[in-house]
Amino acid sequence: MALTDKTRAEMREIMARYPQARSALLPMLHLVQSEEGYVTPEGIEMCADELGITAAEVTGVVTFYTMYKRRAMGKHHVGVCTNSLCAIMGGDAIFAQLKDHLGVGNDQTTADGQITLEHIECQAACDFAPVLTIDWEFFDNQTPGSAIDLMNDLIANREVKSTRGPVITSWRDNERLFAGFADGKVNEGPAAGEASLLGLKLAKERGDSIPANPGADA
Amino acid sequence: MATITPVLTAYWDEPDAFTYAGYTRHNGYQASRKALTTMQPDDVIQTVKDSGLRGRGGAGFPTGMKWGFIPQGDNKPHYFVVNADESEPGTCKDIPLMMANPHVLVEGIIIGSYAIRSNHAFIYIRGEVPHVLRRVQAAVAEAYANGELGKNIHGSGYDLELTVHAGAGAYICGEETALLDSLEGYRGQPRLRPPFPAVAGLYACPTVVNNVESVASVPSIIANGIEWFGKFGTEKSKGFTLYSLSGHVKNPGQIEAPLGITLRELLDLAGGMREGSTLKFWTPGGSSTPILTAAHLDVPLDYESIAEAGSMLGTKALQIFDQTTSVVRCVLRWTEFYKHESCGKCTPCREGTWWLQQIMERIEQGKGTEEDIEKLLDLCDNILGRSFCALGDGATSPITSAIEYFRDEFIAGTHTPAWELFPYEASALFAGANA
Ligand SMILES: Cc1cc2nc3c(=O)[nH]c(=O)nc-3n(C[C@H](O)[C@H](O)[C@H](O)COP(=O)(O)O)c2cc1C
Ligand code: SF4
Ligand code: FES
Repeated sequence: MALTDKTRAEMREIMARYPQARSALLPMLHLVQSEEGYVTPEGIEMCADELGITAAEVTGVVTFYTMYKRRAMGKHHVGVCTNSLCAIMGGDAIFAQLKDHLGVGNDQTTADGQITLEHIECQAACDFAPVLTIDWEFFDNQTPGSAIDLMNDLIANREVKSTRGPVITSWRDNERLFAGFADGKVNEGPAAGEASLLGLKLAKERGDSIPANPGADA
Repeated sequence: MATITPVLTAYWDEPDAFTYAGYTRHNGYQASRKALTTMQPDDVIQTVKDSGLRGRGGAGFPTGMKWGFIPQGDNKPHYFVVNADESEPGTCKDIPLMMANPHVLVEGIIIGSYAIRSNHAFIYIRGEVPHVLRRVQAAVAEAYANGELGKNIHGSGYDLELTVHAGAGAYICGEETALLDSLEGYRGQPRLRPPFPAVAGLYACPTVVNNVESVASVPSIIANGIEWFGKFGTEKSKGFTLYSLSGHVKNPGQIEAPLGITLRELLDLAGGMREGSTLKFWTPGGSSTPILTAAHLDVPLDYESIAEAGSMLGTKALQIFDQTTSVVRCVLRWTEFYKHESCGKCTPCREGTWWLQQIMERIEQGKGTEEDIEKLLDLCDNILGRSFCALGDGATSPITSAIEYFRDEFIAGTHTPAWELFPYEASALFAGANA
């Protein structure tokens, strides 16, 4: 994989979204990851070159944010939430069993290059705990058994679909999305997961009159 | 009986709720049209002030007042920035809101930007939520395509650009000044205040930073008026809001209800605690808000009452833990989080969280010492109020409150591991979880 003139053109496209070009650095680094598989020295150079700053300044930013990786990643990134709530609801057990099943430690990649496993912080999905992510897409209400099935499907290249999102392709594909390039998958998955609808469903069952609002039919 | 008030959540069960067609089917973008074509910017600010809407990002600062701080006639660009970083442990309301109804956020941004005379707004979304990013990107594209954004919106003469920006994984970027540094392309470290963002924010220009839910609450206020909004909630905490229940409850999820509802009422709605379980402790608004216990079941969940009870309403992230849970284990994991997420700028937080973690680990392992509890409290005392930003303060809340209510468990940590006192398997949702 090499950065091309197309990458450079896309970086300029990102820069044009902002009143000041440097604001584009975070999405530009996501673009580098999608092209290169991680933040390579060449990627850092290209960002620095485009923004007119030093490679050291770019590196200082890269090391601050956990989503930027400094080593080649597997095809898929698997994250298990082990912040307190998920951990207690079973996330610790899921993480332990995945390490065991995949034969890797935290932040390591399987020998076949399919999966990089990492424990991650709260994903704003606590009402779906325990939660894991594949390429950062939500996989809600997991058990060790369901998580292991997902890993086996990934390893065998079988279709895997997020509980509130699209069919999984790869970590690098989503890095391109983070750079701000739409991928046409917006209509996949539901508008809302079950837990998100708890109050609305109850209100309808109980006949609580829904107050008029801009969405209410006049 | 407590009422549920689905306003923001009203149509989340419709399959196309997140599309322009779905939103406008229910009169979406009528409020922004009304504001842009029939109201002066100052009238919009006054209406939001009079409504009593308070920020939903944690601190509860009055939204209209924040908008009123933006200097006018200063010949500088103004910026409207939405804080969609949602990373406070337990907090899970903005993400489903943006997934199911991103257009209500876009409409709120149009109204807010018009009010503060901004022609460029930004949504800063935490990086790790691709599907939410898709929904927001698409909503913005649809809004442009339908003339809700862009040049001369609906012939009003008002122009607005809206840029969607994804972060890259850093809790501290939810702190508003760190967010601005991050949005400028730097490491996300908090800035010294003053100057406040209203004076020198993004690119050193006057800037409003508001939470997703705060902004999304504005269209309904403009459409229905302040009397309507004031019908919900309490005297000082007006309106309705999203309460997020998670943990050992039978049915976890989002319930939109008036401010001032109690946890007892919400638990009732959520089907109670899970089978055979009793409430042990809970957070009213994320891990940075001091924990409360079953003694606080009837405290109204509004800004004033929760403060009186010794905590903070925060983000209304109600994380519920039952009698099987080791408070030490739970607090240690939060402490690890704060240590990991400390941006390192100031010593009390950078060094203090490191020491807190060492001691909490000993206590979990049953290897704590007699002095450890006092040492923890002393460390917290030296972090709280002496840190550069509220992350440091937040790191102390779980510890000091847990010691206040469950000192015995910390004492037990001088001789018995937490996993023997509270077998971890019993807390999980499935068997075989004694990892
Ligand atoms: C460490 C830290 C993290 C924060 N994270 C968020 C966040 O993710 N979302 C948010 O809206 N506010 C967050 N805040 C609060 C913001 O600094 C700010 O008060 C808020 O965005 C203001 O919006 P509001 O007035 O609409 O509530 C955080 C604060 C701190 C100290
Ligand atoms: S309190 Fe912590 S997060 Fe905040 S500025 Fe200091 S070191 Fe950074
Ligand atoms: S604690 Fe796991 S998603 Fe919030």
